[in-house]
Amino acid sequence: MSDKALMLGNEAIARGAWEAGVKVSAAYPGTPSTEISESIVKYKEVYAEWAPNEKVAVEVALGASIAGVRSLASMKHVGLNVAADPLFTASYTGVGGGMVLVAADDPGMYSSQNEQDSRMVARAALVPVLEPSDSAEAKEFTKLAYELSERFDTPVMVRTTTRLSHSQGLVELGERVEPADKPYERDIAKYVMMPVNAIRRHPIVEERMKALSEEDLPVNRAEYGDLSIGFVASGIPYLYVKEALPEASVLKLGMVNPLPRKLIEEFAAKVGKLYIFEELEPVIEEQVRSWGIPAVGKELFTRQGEYSAALLRDRILHQPATARPADDAPARPPILCPGCPHRSVFTALSQLKLHAAGDIGCYTLGAVAPLSVVDTTVCMGSSISTLHGMEKGRGAAYVKDWVAVIGDSTFMHTGVNSLMNMAYNRATGTVVVLDNSTTGMTGHQDHPATGKTLRGEAVPAIDIAGLCRALGVRRVHEVGAFDLEALKELLRQETAADELSVVIARAPCVLLKGQTFPNRCREVPDKCKKCGACLKPGCPSLTRLPEKNIHIDAMCTGCGLCQRLCKFGAIETVAR
Amino acid sequence: MATKNIMIVGVGGQGTLLTSRILGGLAVRGGYDVKLSEVHGMAQRGGSVVTFVRYGEKVAEPVVEEGQADVLVAFERLEALRYAHFLKEDGVVVVNDHRIDPITVVTGAAGYPDGILARLGARHKVVSLDATAVAAAMGAPKAFNVVVLGLAAQFLDFSREDWLAVIEAVVPPKTVAVNKQAFEAGYKK
Repeated sequence: MSDKALMLGNEAIARGAWEAGVKVSAAYPGTPSTEISESIVKYKEVYAEWAPNEKVAVEVALGASIAGVRSLASMKHVGLNVAADPLFTASYTGVGGGMVLVAADDPGMYSSQNEQDSRMVARAALVPVLEPSDSAEAKEFTKLAYELSERFDTPVMVRTTTRLSHSQGLVELGERVEPADKPYERDIAKYVMMPVNAIRRHPIVEERMKALSEEDLPVNRAEYGDLSIGFVASGIPYLYVKEALPEASVLKLGMVNPLPRKLIEEFAAKVGKLYIFEELEPVIEEQVRSWGIPAVGKELFTRQGEYSAALLRDRILHQPATARPADDAPARPPILCPGCPHRSVFTALSQLKLHAAGDIGCYTLGAVAPLSVVDTTVCMGSSISTLHGMEKGRGAAYVKDWVAVIGDSTFMHTGVNSLMNMAYNRATGTVVVLDNSTTGMTGHQDHPATGKTLRGEAVPAIDIAGLCRALGVRRVHEVGAFDLEALKELLRQETAADELSVVIARAPCVLLKGQTFPNRCREVPDKCKKCGACLKPGCPSLTRLPEKNIHIDAMCTGCGLCQRLCKFGAIETVAR
Repeated sequence: MATKNIMIVGVGGQGTLLTSRILGGLAVRGGYDVKLSEVHGMAQRGGSVVTFVRYGEKVAEPVVEEGQADVLVAFERLEALRYAHFLKEDGVVVVNDHRIDPITVVTGAAGYPDGILARLGARHKVVSLDATAVAAAMGAPKAFNVVVLGLAAQFLDFSREDWLAVIEAVVPPKTVAVNKQAFEAGYKK
């Protein structure tokens, strides 16, 4: 009997890649995809790395594939945009060793800035997509993806969603195969995508997709039951159909691009009413309708958020949810941790009445009350370039009360390109790098400026200040993130300067392991004037008591920010 | 057996992921099919977090639907109130009698509701314990979540021996003894 283990969807994908004999894995962390890399690095046969961004990761995977080994690149949906450039042409070159790209979508936006549908990207890139429904399938489909990749000479996408990536289910463990490294054969017509070669590759890509659409794959499976009603579903929504309508007929699609047209036509002919039940965009629905098959989809089911069994019961069975409404409970949005260095920097920005062009990371929470200093957040690296655009649109005076704020990991990801642009095109704005020595929000992954790799090896850390200088920035300053007065003085000086500047505000993420917090802050009740100045940064360790004075709880790390804001000496720092 | 639906709710950072791993381990040990659904990423930063655990003969979806939970395990009072409508009519609330103010309360935008336990008790069976204080008294404040699990054990389908074996297998090796002690502190014989 084989072993079974309870695994996250992401752990199962990593296991599948390992069992398939993968040798190289590259990724940039991003919820909900991060645990794929964190799991695969534990398999010693796999070389796994954090790349500075997803474009680099896909190119690393492609290089390994061209060199004849199986490779993996994983990313969240918006990371796929960054990686789109190599992906769209890797589709033309095809592969040597099997190459799989995992794209993790986030319907419901648990931790993302949009809820785009990676299947649309895959369709545009002419790349096949497998979509598992649970952890067991996540492992099996990943293995199948390698087979298809090599048989059809194409990168293959495995698409997951937050609900699958972060759900655990039982997985049957298998052995690893060790495919022989393919001997290198120079093939310029296949791997050099200049026009003359690409023109010849394009029809090959289309033939490949046609052949795949006609391939008889067991992962595409018609489950006939009540023939009056039929669903086409894949991924997690398939489970909702099984939960809410166990008797209905279902065509479960394991491959969602290209679609198995013949199978869908057969299924549609056998069932009465046909529903397409797919989260996010009507990718399957629009294709099925274009074949002249009547189907119901987005007129009943939303393009937004996650689906549920309750949604099906409501729309198909007309059984509205019977649960009572939720109790009225004050919202508990995510917030910066007690002792977070970003809070100190945002307090400085708030006191100086500066606007911040924001970026992607925990510090996006600087947009939330009571801090409310981050005015824009779009995508990785965009803080610096949007600030630059503001200046070029409205002149240097316009950005005197603006800064860009970007974390160290995000700066490494794509911020460095944007800063290069500012230096090159003679900008005068101020960029604040919030250097907390890690990729914080995704759970503490290393990057090129931390001095450690995914495998835990010590490596020379990129010096962020030196890098900025190398790009041509002359005004580069480093300051402790909790040194509020020095920070404010620097920000005053640099926003006033008529030259581009970078302020690196430094303090480790409070959740980074290995730190000790010997002190904590404590209220001195008889000195408290109940003014509330200490509450302005929104530290969750502080509570206003019914008598309006404050209490500091045991979560306090002793960062001292509230103490600095108290003019009355009503907060002191004491040993823990 | 009908699928058992459990929810673990709390504030990001309270260790819902570790506790769901313990429950998952118990279900596997009990020979059940099991699915868990967790929250990672931004919501973990002090936000409201929920984990679903479902076990039985064959489990399809990984989430617990509103009105379907058998047991709601809450690491904080307000979070128990927030998710109480997920309970079946005969569902049970196991709650850490502890208050953490959300930022909306800290800033004065909202008030922390009074009498939460009484409100929950009007609809459901409620068992509560100040596990935060119990764990602090043990000198292991972080282990409060396992104290709450100990209290919840009376409503779940596993023996004390199963619990202790799985805790030993799941928690970091250095914390095995303290977590076992925490479990016993909450456990009702």
